[in-house]
Amino acid sequence: MSPARLIGLLAGLLLLAAPAFLSSYYLGLLTKMLIFALFAMSLDLLLGYTGLPSLGHVAYFGVGSYTVALLSLRVVKTFWINALAGLAAPTLVALAFNLLTLRARGTYFLMITLALAQVLWGIAFGWRSFTGGDDGLPGISRPTVGGWSIAGEVPFYYVTLVGVALSLWCLSIIVRSPLGKALVGIRESETRMRVLGYNVWAYQYVASILAGFFAGVAGILFVYYNGYVGPAYLSVVMSGQVLLMVILGGAGTLVGPALGAGIILLLENFLSAYTERWLTILGIIYVVVTLFAPRGVLGVLRGRLRAGRAAA
Amino acid sequence: MTFWIIQALNGISFGMLLFLLAAGLSLIFGVMKVLNLAHGSLYLLGGYLGLTVLRFTNSFLLALAAAVLGVTLLAVVMERTVLRRIYGEELRQALLTFGFLFIIADQALWIWGGNPQTLPKPQAFTRSLQMGTIVFPSYRFLVIAVGIVMGVALWWLQERTRLGAMIRAGVDDEEMARGIGVNTPRLFTGVFALGAFLAAVGGVMGGALLGVYPGADFEVLLLAFVVIIIGGLGSLKGAFVGGLVVGLIDNFGKALFPELALFTVFAPMAAILAVRPTGLFGRA
Repeated sequence: MSPARLIGLLAGLLLLAAPAFLSSYYLGLLTKMLIFALFAMSLDLLLGYTGLPSLGHVAYFGVGSYTVALLSLRVVKTFWINALAGLAAPTLVALAFNLLTLRARGTYFLMITLALAQVLWGIAFGWRSFTGGDDGLPGISRPTVGGWSIAGEVPFYYVTLVGVALSLWCLSIIVRSPLGKALVGIRESETRMRVLGYNVWAYQYVASILAGFFAGVAGILFVYYNGYVGPAYLSVVMSGQVLLMVILGGAGTLVGPALGAGIILLLENFLSAYTERWLTILGIIYVVVTLFAPRGVLGVLRGRLRAGRAAA
Repeated sequence: MTFWIIQALNGISFGMLLFLLAAGLSLIFGVMKVLNLAHGSLYLLGGYLGLTVLRFTNSFLLALAAAVLGVTLLAVVMERTVLRRIYGEELRQALLTFGFLFIIADQALWIWGGNPQTLPKPQAFTRSLQMGTIVFPSYRFLVIAVGIVMGVALWWLQERTRLGAMIRAGVDDEEMARGIGVNTPRLFTGVFALGAFLAAVGGVMGGALLGVYPGADFEVLLLAFVVIIIGGLGSLKGAFVGGLVVGLIDNFGKALFPELALFTVFAPMAAILAVRPTGLFGRA
């Protein structure tokens, strides 16, 4: 068994056993980490694998959250209906948005993704009667799944774990499939892939819809986690935070974004006790990481490993 | 009729502010290939610095000068110490400026607090002008005038001076420009400073028109994006026309369909993007 597999297996076992040795507070934090790990991985499918740096990935996360919140507060509480709608809505938004974003390249792509996400933020913020405006929508209760209440910390943790694990499984199949290889090829050289006969646009379109879908899964989990949704779910700060998770951990891998999510949320959790200037710290991490560790923690670790091997 | 004329004038004055921002953003991108996501933050900082100096000196001109100087200096430091290290890497640079967006927003919130504040208008422009049934604050005319003067000055700088020739050379082909003896590192610093200067002027003028508040940085940044997407990156004419268009649409949108404000601005952007991905005046 390779060391990577061994580490993966150990991490999986630890996650399964976590409720046995973590207090409910830390179990909550771990649940949040899992959700953001998925969110960051979904962004990495675009950023790291396909080479499309989206600054507006919150759009799909937020639409997933708002859909579930609105349905469960105003229409029905049935989990499956809400979850399916919560998956369909961000996918549809991704279908529409990416027709536009993929017309743009490079810098224009950054601008247009940021702008489109902000349109949704504007709606969430401005349309008080529908979205609750600035106050958001509180009081979303966790549902019953198959006659089984998941309101408690432990059952909800396991539901999240299952959801994230299933998504990770799908994502790992996607990145290893011919589709995933083609995406990496497009990242490296669009022209070359086009010459080889690949329909680059179609691959990018599919990748951005898949990325939107999995961000939606994270959004659904997060709205049940918090029992609340607000414009912050669609904000540029959220966008920035998840992008930083990807880059800090290491773009172009699935482990990296998860690692990044863990680090950022741990830091936020501990530092928020000492300072209110979390955004400044986030900004400083941004600057430091982009300047000194553009390949992220994982890149640094790999570099060390390789250097170690070369020395030995 | 009165309603339309007043709203149009409001839209034009706001459009001029957007022009100041978009021109700097576009210039920086054209020459340095950097998407400065902290451009709105420079605008915000300009407004807040102006506010503080105004409180102490009661002079609008002094406030403008101090704000412009402070913001431009900060930009020079930013460019020299940080941005310079990673030229040629678009995404990394954009992310770096994203970091500055957060830092500046958070520090401004800490220093100046979360309440919206408005800069007092200069003494000579506190009254309103009356023409028939139309009453219009004279300060808005000042903003329009400043926008036009800046536009003409920028055009003159770009088309008629040696520095402008270097800038144009840098936009066309940075490597060739370097080859024929343009000191591009210094040119880059200069261009970044010029962009910051324009943003700071916008911040002070805008601060007296719309107020300064947390979130204003991002609001104007996004509208400047829309201006650039409509007008085209790297085009002064595009920034001017785009600024007017977005200023007018935003204003009429807010007046006619308040709940859809952002939508009315982004719909034309989407339409233009669908037809001309590089904007009306942009080059591919």
